[in-house]
Amino acid sequence: MKTTAVALTLVAGLVTGACERETRRYQEVSVASTRTEGVPLTTLRAGGGTPEAHKLSPYTKNAYGQAEGKRLFAAFNCSGCHANGGGGIGPALTDDKWIYGSEPEQIYSTIVEGRPNGMPAFGGRIPSQQVWQIVSYIDALAGQVPQDAAPGRNDDMSATKPENRIEYSKPHQTGHR
Amino acid sequence: MPARIQSALDAAGVQAAQIEWLWWVMFWVTAAVFVVVVAALLLAVRRGRSTDAPRPDDRSLLRAVASAVAVTIVILFGLLYASAATGRAIGSRPDDKPLVIQITGQQWWWSIEYLDEAPSQRFTTANELHIPVGRPIVLNLRSPDVIHSFWVPNLHGKMDLIPGRLNTSWLRADTPGIYRGQCAEFCGMQHAHMGFVVVAEPPDAYQRWETAQRQNAPEPTAPQQLRGRGIVERGPCALCHTVRGTQAGGRTAPDLTHFASRSTIAAATAPNTPGYLAGWIANPQHLKPGNRMPATGLNAEDLQAVLAYLETLR
Amino acid sequence: MNPHPVEQVIRTHQPDTRTAAIASTDLAEEHRRLSATWADPRGFVGWFSHVDHKSIGRRFLITAFVWFALGGILAVLMRLQLSRPENHILSPDLYNQIFTMHGTTMMFLFAVPVMLALGIYFVPLMVGARNIAFPRLVAFGYWMFLFAGMFLYGMFLLNIGPDNGWFSYPPLAGPEFGIGKRADVWAQLITFTETSGLVVSTALITTVFKLRAPGMSLNRIPLFVWAELVICFMIVFSMPSVVIASTGLILDRLVGTHFYNQAEGGDPILFQHLFWFFAHPEVYIIFLPAQGMMSMLIETFSQRPVFGYTALVLSLVSTAFIGFGVWVHHMFATGLPQLGQSFFTASSIMIVVPTAVQFYCWIATLWSGRLRLSVPMLYALAFFVVFLIGGLTGVMLAAVPLDLQVHDTFFVVAHFHYVLIGGSVFPLLGALHYWFPKITGRMLSERIGLVALALFFVGFNLTFFPQHILGLMGMPRRVYTYPVEVGWGGLNLLVSIGAGIMALGLLTYFLNVALSLRRGASAAANPWNAPSLEWATSSPPANYNFLPAPTVSGREPLWQSPETQPIVVGLRSDCRDVLVTRLMDAEPDHRKDFPTPTIWPFLAAFTTSVMYVGSIFTPWAVIYGSVPIAVTLVGWAWPREGKRPEELERDVAQGRATPLELVQ
Repeated sequence: MKTTAVALTLVAGLVTGACERETRRYQEVSVASTRTEGVPLTTLRAGGGTPEAHKLSPYTKNAYGQAEGKRLFAAFNCSGCHANGGGGIGPALTDDKWIYGSEPEQIYSTIVEGRPNGMPAFGGRIPSQQVWQIVSYIDALAGQVPQDAAPGRNDDMSATKPENRIEYSKPHQTGHR
Repeated sequence: MPARIQSALDAAGVQAAQIEWLWWVMFWVTAAVFVVVVAALLLAVRRGRSTDAPRPDDRSLLRAVASAVAVTIVILFGLLYASAATGRAIGSRPDDKPLVIQITGQQWWWSIEYLDEAPSQRFTTANELHIPVGRPIVLNLRSPDVIHSFWVPNLHGKMDLIPGRLNTSWLRADTPGIYRGQCAEFCGMQHAHMGFVVVAEPPDAYQRWETAQRQNAPEPTAPQQLRGRGIVERGPCALCHTVRGTQAGGRTAPDLTHFASRSTIAAATAPNTPGYLAGWIANPQHLKPGNRMPATGLNAEDLQAVLAYLETLR
Repeated sequence: MNPHPVEQVIRTHQPDTRTAAIASTDLAEEHRRLSATWADPRGFVGWFSHVDHKSIGRRFLITAFVWFALGGILAVLMRLQLSRPENHILSPDLYNQIFTMHGTTMMFLFAVPVMLALGIYFVPLMVGARNIAFPRLVAFGYWMFLFAGMFLYGMFLLNIGPDNGWFSYPPLAGPEFGIGKRADVWAQLITFTETSGLVVSTALITTVFKLRAPGMSLNRIPLFVWAELVICFMIVFSMPSVVIASTGLILDRLVGTHFYNQAEGGDPILFQHLFWFFAHPEVYIIFLPAQGMMSMLIETFSQRPVFGYTALVLSLVSTAFIGFGVWVHHMFATGLPQLGQSFFTASSIMIVVPTAVQFYCWIATLWSGRLRLSVPMLYALAFFVVFLIGGLTGVMLAAVPLDLQVHDTFFVVAHFHYVLIGGSVFPLLGALHYWFPKITGRMLSERIGLVALALFFVGFNLTFFPQHILGLMGMPRRVYTYPVEVGWGGLNLLVSIGAGIMALGLLTYFLNVALSLRRGASAAANPWNAPSLEWATSSPPANYNFLPAPTVSGREPLWQSPETQPIVVGLRSDCRDVLVTRLMDAEPDHRKDFPTPTIWPFLAAFTTSVMYVGSIFTPWAVIYGSVPIAVTLVGWAWPREGKRPEELERDVAQGRATPLELVQ
């Protein structure tokens, strides 16, 4: 009885895990991205308190979404300022210093609205679905996604560790070192 | 105009014609071999079924088998020679000054750049090649992503586009016409819809086309067209597409500078008509699921404006 | 010097029956004792520990045909989608997975394993042995094969089925463009099936070399056994190449190596070379046993020894050798240097010659034989027509210029289905019809068999002949749909209808099997009056195969053996005593106690499978997964009860057992 239960749980886990990782969702959100409403730029609160649960990128566990995010990261020249995640003109995306918030919603907001000191506003230019894909890829760079969903190495000169070799680490807290 | 627009048996180019010759030679020879062997088989079965026919001894069987093997070897040598001769013929490019075109095949469209010694004379287009009849065309084939294969059956055999490698092929159209080509190496989700069009035209018609292609995009006049251009420049289109002469300078999608001069859209997936085009721009994933162009989310008015502008890009 | 206890001793007896040396009551007693010794355990748990080659061979066959049926269903789905232009029955993602699954199933889970399965069942019988060599290893090979298919189809149901074609080229299957785990599933399936193939090949080679009946020198073994021997060597030499290819792919994807990454010094073409160095010999691995079956069927149904035995053997061997030298003909469009390509054109044309020799020898046999056109013979005749077309289009494909037009089109699809189905499936179905009485003890219905053959033959040609034309008309392969304006719709519809008829033919064949299992006429030991040794025992054979253990003095033992043909006397019936003979002339060499049923091969296969599947998700699985494997291997290799050869000889010397001798 117990063996059956364990086996069924494993199978169920395998099924749901595999389903989410392997689906290819080509057409989900059909609106051009706009300003986001109500996304705070920081989770620090006076007096402490529990941070709210934030909306995750729909592609956090989806291999296709992250692979697309990786392609778009290069195609839209994010690497022009952020290099391969290590930063240059722009800040690094793989560390835990996030001035405007490291939650997926906050990163989405940053991409769409732009930020002072050089982050362009891509709102209205990159469709919402693609922004979420880029967000999930940034999560992958920082080790915030399951390793089996993260993309492998590029067919290119090797500049960084492949994303699927980055150890999974706990989600960031804004402002901490 | 060929009867079949993507057929290897309707040769319009010098190599396709030579290969077609080889095909017919091999077809008739192998058909004859087939008939002879099957006839021998049927005769053997009939002989074997009959109870009174004398059984040949093993020595005469040995002679028969040995002769058959000898004839087989001779025929095979003949076919080998035909193949080698054709191979030499299709490879030897005549010395006339060729037109050099660089073809970059990506998932799932073709970027086509006409090269020239003077950089200012170069221009880029996508998914549709025009070539002058009678002049050799050298194709430089590259791929930035996966292996594709450039194949226009009416003109020549295929050549793969392999990442990290430059493959070259050459062809020459001898008959004017419109020929369809298609990617011939499985390259992912929309491999089936990675086609292209080759238009072979008389040299003066080609010259006119070439000159037009070198120009920047014409300036629109009507207000709706102007509004459309604004949307293209400031909306999602410009991040991937280039329209020379405007602020749209993206490099990851087909060049649209002379989009309206092309007869197909989405890499020869659909004809370039307003109906198909509207459907394509509104939701590319419906016509070609999995392709790289996202739904832009334009509302109806904006879409009409963009269509109006695109129509001016001849 | 003391005489070897197994020295040949020939004593003359009354020349009436071969078994005169053993009284009939002794025979029944011997049968009872042998059956008990060689029995496989009953019951559910016991089923997992079988080591009898016939039991494993039957399972292997049934499992291979289950995968065949699944692969066939996938093909029908593909044809449904392609029957009309711009069809929407299957999404492109599903279609890509389906055509990949179809090819992978047929090539890795059906075509090679079914030939090995028939080898496992029939090679020991045809050489006169009591069991296959290394029976536990063969059982392990079966379980790996079963787990391979369960793994692949399980992953397919979870949407992780591979989707890059059965040869899965990088960079499309590589780390950047092969999204998710699908390509890793493909790579590991290779590992599963190669493990299974390699162990079974080892066992078969050893069986053919060392377990033949005395007197069966190498130039007397049946042609089917020659074919199995040759393909086992081909497997041993070619499979490592594909293991390297797939391991490189999986390392690139999971660990970040650069085998196929041009930018860091690798090359996508390397994969193609490594893969095709294996995969071209693989198609000959699939074809050669079918040639062996052809020789066997033609011999039996012409009622004369096949003409040109030596030439046929040399053809098999030379096809195998040349088959390793043609692989680049799969890569003619990649831009390799022309001079190099010409070499492979020449070798690809040259490989026709041995097969032509075989054709002519078979026709010569038919010409001079007395034919019976039973269903197996009709399958053999159908082979001639179908394979010939495939072979001739193969010569066309060997020519580089023509290949540049038809490579990666439906012309190639037509060609390889003609050679694979014509060259292997037709002889296979005929051989199964022929061997069915031996395996099951019942005859298949000739009438239903005729209907099945007719449907299959017509359906097959209707399906694949038009594809030649489609390829020449420009239709590439692996497309989930095609436009209306190119005019391929009519032929595609015809092809899809043909596929339906073909499926009906196969269903009829399976129906024949199902019905005959229950209601077929009961079969004698040798219903076809065939010459080879498997027909010298009952249908189905007793679990110890032969009583008395035979010897042979010619190539067609059942047609030629004189009244005074010696038999082997003295093999023990209280332990699994097997006579091991010498390589060239099968002189008796020593005796060996064979393994009894054990569950360790199943457990070892299970732990190995767990490790293989785990290593798709993390490289650590290789380390952690090796521990249970080591445990099961220790259990497997633990010294078992049984007699070592010295002990057996000591028993003889001390009078506790009779000496082995050949007695007339």
